[in-house]
Amino acid sequence: MQKYVSFFRLRFLYGLQYRAAALAGIVTQFAWGALEILMFTAFYEADPLAFPMKFQDLSSYIWMQQAFLALYMTWLLENEIFHAIQKGDIAYELCRPVNLYNMWFVRSIANRLSKAILRCFPILFIGILLPKPYGFTVPKDMTTFFFFLVTLILALIVVVAFCMLIYISSFYTVSAAGIRLLAVAMVEFFSGAVIPLPFFPDSIRWVFELLPFGSMQNVPLRVYSGNLQGAHLLRAIVLQVFWCVVLTCGGKLLMNKALKRVVVQGG
Amino acid sequence: MKLYMKYFSIQLKSAMQYKTSFIFMTIGQFLLAFNVFLGVYFMFLLFPNVKGYTFEEVLLCFSIVLIQFSLAECFVRGFDMFSATISNGEFDRIMVRPRNEIFQVLGSKIELTRVGRFLQAVLMFSYGVHKSRIDWSFNKVLALILMIVGGFVLFSSIFLVYATLCFFTTEGLEFMNVLTDGAKEYGKYPISIYGKRVLQFCTFIVPFALVQYYPLLYILGKSTNSWYRFLPLAACLFLIPCYLFWRLGISHYKSTGS
Repeated sequence: MQKYVSFFRLRFLYGLQYRAAALAGIVTQFAWGALEILMFTAFYEADPLAFPMKFQDLSSYIWMQQAFLALYMTWLLENEIFHAIQKGDIAYELCRPVNLYNMWFVRSIANRLSKAILRCFPILFIGILLPKPYGFTVPKDMTTFFFFLVTLILALIVVVAFCMLIYISSFYTVSAAGIRLLAVAMVEFFSGAVIPLPFFPDSIRWVFELLPFGSMQNVPLRVYSGNLQGAHLLRAIVLQVFWCVVLTCGGKLLMNKALKRVVVQGG
Repeated sequence: MKLYMKYFSIQLKSAMQYKTSFIFMTIGQFLLAFNVFLGVYFMFLLFPNVKGYTFEEVLLCFSIVLIQFSLAECFVRGFDMFSATISNGEFDRIMVRPRNEIFQVLGSKIELTRVGRFLQAVLMFSYGVHKSRIDWSFNKVLALILMIVGGFVLFSSIFLVYATLCFFTTEGLEFMNVLTDGAKEYGKYPISIYGKRVLQFCTFIVPFALVQYYPLLYILGKSTNSWYRFLPLAACLFLIPCYLFWRLGISHYKSTGS
């Protein structure tokens, strides 16, 4: 256990070094959030009654989404892992007395967390200064905030477990770029990164919520703004735990299978 | 031109070496753009129109922007990947060859997988044209062609600026994404829906509105100002400062030494 903790610390501190990149990222994400909100405002003006969320909830949703982008975006994959598989560096990794799955898992989590921590505060700070329905608000009570933290962590685990499957797939294909794009496109849409899930018609929304993608950013962001409460919230947490278990177990199984037949291309 | 065709065929052949990967990439590109389309579609299931634009009109707008962008990305991709060219010293080799640098960078990478995105844009465009019942006239077709040319030039100029910044920083700068990916992503709706400030910015500073909003108004018959169709040509002027900036960048170029 201890070795994973120290590995986590190492990766985390390493990630914190990239401050200039983070600054550029913050500017981008701020522009992104602002445009997104302006777009929804235009739709809101077209027909306020048809709007499926409170506007304030939506604003919080969008600012939180931008602030914690690094936690949930599937396209934030680590090229080093793909390289290790393609170029054969994996041979070194296999010599280490650690479980490869756990090590990559810890590494991905550390990487995402360090990026998110560098970026979230300035965005949240500016977001809170914005005028009422466009800015972002603090959650209404401590329980909401507590559940937000719980679902945030569970969602992160689901995302990383899913990304592990993408890494593992590149054991089988050599060139993983295509699969990567496909997976990313799928997650973006079903997880509510394109438009939040409440904007989908009820008839298909319940399917989206059951899929593993619905257990990603959708849950914590809606919990935070108070859009998801009570029985719905509990159901969402149970689903998140379910997908955490299924995805990690599936990943481990596939990984073991892949490692049995791994062929290191020499060089 | 002949040399460019040579570059082109080499790129095509090398892409075809990894057929499965190429096909997956193309499908992936298609799906990524399709996501945005679905986003628009589901928004319009809830709302009948936005600021007076119907679904078909928005589709038309979105598809034109997508055509502009995917053309630019396909042919000007070399500049998008420029930070790698600089940091691995590839640019030194380009400098010593007796051909124009821009030309060589253009030829160094032609991204054919963008066909996926382009295809989708064309499909959406035909649907939009079919449904929005525009009376096509010579002038409107002219406006459309100018829009595509203007947009291609505009996006290429921005890629050029992006690449030039690499001379000073070695790394690409992420905030430039607002102007490239951001414009593609948010250009799906006519710029006016984002409010007056954004429209002003996109008219006078980075002239996106000149290749999207104004000529679109003309094509959709929302405005009779016939000057609007020539505005994309004005947007092409944006290339001039970008090119000068590139020259400045080259004169500052120091090799990374690797």
